Amino acid sequence: MRHIIAVLLENEAGALSRVAGLFSARGYNIESLTVAPTDDPTLSRMTLVTTGNEEIVEQIKKQLNKLIDTVKLLDLTEGPHIEREMMMIKVRAEGENREELKRLTEIFRAKIIDVTDVSYVVELTGASKKLDAFIDAVPQGLIVEVVRSGPTGIARGEKGLTL
Amino acid sequence: MEPNAVQLSGAEILVQALIDEGVQYVFGYPGGSVLHIYDALFKQDQVKHILVRHEQGATHAADGYARATGKCGVCLVTSGPGATNAVTGIATAYMDSIPLVCITGQVPTPVIGSDAFQEVDTVGITRPCVKHNFLVKDVRHLATTLRKAFYIATTGRPGPVVVDIPKDVTDPNIKIPYAYPRDLRMRSYHPTEKGHLGQIKKALELMLQAKRPILYTGGGVVMGEGSAQLTELVRLSGFPITSTLMGLGAYPMTDPQFLGMLGMHGTYEANMAMHETDVLIAIGARFDDRVTGKIEQFCPHAKVVHIDVDPSSISKNVRVDVPVVGQVASVLTELLRLWKEQAPAPTGTTRPLADWWEKIDAWRRVDCLSYDRTSAKIKPQFAVETLYQVTGGDLYLTSDVGQHQMFAAQFYPFDKPRRWINSGGLGTMGFGLPAAMGVQIAFPEAAVACISGDASILMCIQEMATCKQYNLPIKVILLNNGYMGMVRQWQEFFYGSRYSHSYVDALPDFVKLAESFGHVGMRVERPGDLAAAMQEAFAMKDRFVFLDVVVDPTENVYPMIAAGKGHHEMHLAPSLSERELA
Repeated sequence: MRHIIAVLLENEAGALSRVAGLFSARGYNIESLTVAPTDDPTLSRMTLVTTGNEEIVEQIKKQLNKLIDTVKLLDLTEGPHIEREMMMIKVRAEGENREELKRLTEIFRAKIIDVTDVSYVVELTGASKKLDAFIDAVPQGLIVEVVRSGPTGIARGEKGLTL
Repeated sequence: MEPNAVQLSGAEILVQALIDEGVQYVFGYPGGSVLHIYDALFKQDQVKHILVRHEQGATHAADGYARATGKCGVCLVTSGPGATNAVTGIATAYMDSIPLVCITGQVPTPVIGSDAFQEVDTVGITRPCVKHNFLVKDVRHLATTLRKAFYIATTGRPGPVVVDIPKDVTDPNIKIPYAYPRDLRMRSYHPTEKGHLGQIKKALELMLQAKRPILYTGGGVVMGEGSAQLTELVRLSGFPITSTLMGLGAYPMTDPQFLGMLGMHGTYEANMAMHETDVLIAIGARFDDRVTGKIEQFCPHAKVVHIDVDPSSISKNVRVDVPVVGQVASVLTELLRLWKEQAPAPTGTTRPLADWWEKIDAWRRVDCLSYDRTSAKIKPQFAVETLYQVTGGDLYLTSDVGQHQMFAAQFYPFDKPRRWINSGGLGTMGFGLPAAMGVQIAFPEAAVACISGDASILMCIQEMATCKQYNLPIKVILLNNGYMGMVRQWQEFFYGSRYSHSYVDALPDFVKLAESFGHVGMRVERPGDLAAAMQEAFAMKDRFVFLDVVVDPTENVYPMIAAGKGHHEMHLAPSLSERELA
């Protein structure tokens, strides 16, 4: 099963490599990993997406918690949550494809953020599945480049993953 | 910070912090990046530095010191090769959860990343085999970082911590005010102490209902100082107890309730009891593959209670029914209190769990550790038994890795914790001699021996020079069979007796070798001479004695569970396996 795990880490040099090293050393799957400082500059927030059966995910969480730099951890998939990923996709946009791609952009509530005579860059934010759907919807052969941020997430409701 | 605080350089801060931590000994080896630190060490006499002959020796010695005393071991090495040589020792401590602070020099901060002379990414190299590590880039962070290092190394599930210090951070010309931060709080690190009361009650409930219970205890009982509580629990409950290699001595091994070690080379009775138990109580143990054998066949009938300080150990390899996360000593204290409240007092007439003990006694009668006592050659088992008789059980025994280690674990019954010191998790050949140095330095008056093999001993043989320099009267008991015995045994069993590179064809004359280092060397070839030779060796209380014991080269360690087999699928010694066994 796919899990989205949010981790508050000490914003120390090497904290990211400890997490990455843990996953490679123990042979855990890692689909994506994003990290950035929070409003508190001494803390980084990491969102990682992993897959595995219940036992493995439980171990992943325990091992992450065991890292000295880990301040707090939350498995977002355990409760209601919002997941967002950002994608920029460069597509060939010529002839009648220009209109088709514009329509597609509107349907997905995406934005065209760069235009040339022959190309668009489309920006799209949403759950990862929505991004997948957009990629699938682009007519074959038009995709030049895809850049995805990897998912981030936040729990619904009033409680926050803070200190 | 006090306005009139003392002004110290980074090197002086390091030494003062060691003093403030109560560190008495540092095991180390100097080099370019740590010269400022060595100069600061030279100018004081509170922290004693023990000069080893290889950085691996420094880490093992600090590790042996920690295992024997329960205090944090400290080592100091230079950058580059100093640090990489220390890695084996750091990994050894990591696998066995030994508190160690390893200070490594680093090239000056301005040249980090430039492939400078003797530069390696120490923090990167050691990251997978430390509890935590630090690179100190600013002298103002040095004292706090050292306090964190000792705190992390010694609390929770202990482990090694590396502090990498660039040379400019210890610059003697840059002085800053010093105050040691005794009251350290870390928002990201809160080791669990007390176990959850509800979980302890559930564990007790299972234990009271058990018909065929067994306690399986590990190194966590030793490290967590839970020996007294464990002993009381075993006596009170009447349960049988078995131990891992790392836990030996936490419960007196001469006691009849002790079934011997379990696992790959465990006793028949311990492994059969594991296979048949209905309630397994694991305490400070981590379900290592050498203990469990094939996971699918591990304790097939048992509900499992697991008491451990490290939550990530719980249900890692084996699914646990009742986890209790907490310090072994405090959890057992609570468990004992509840037991006394709830359990019926023993009547004195009926033996508790009589049926279960009857079964166990039948397994015991197999006498799985029996060996040929009439042999004209010295059997390694006989050598260990003789060592036990000569020392009266009052010995700190360190070990290298291989057959001799297993024979020692099977045939030397330790009645106290911290007396049996060996590399269990990593299985580091070369551990024994330097570890014995750490023990002897901690306890100068105690009898300290290192049991070793002819292959293992050569891996850190240079430390005989350290033993000479500090007059460490260690006794090396070398079980010399001319082979890498355990490798040979596996090749005999699983590779058609093709002894590929397990034969040591050019051994040194160990007697002369010991003598050339300034020690006493002795060689024994006949069983009848062994006890007298050992007595003579231990009578030399102020001399390092190297006792080269020529043992039967073909002896194997039995019982043995082959990798991937269950506890009930033991190979017994050929003389026993002919008999029909249950």
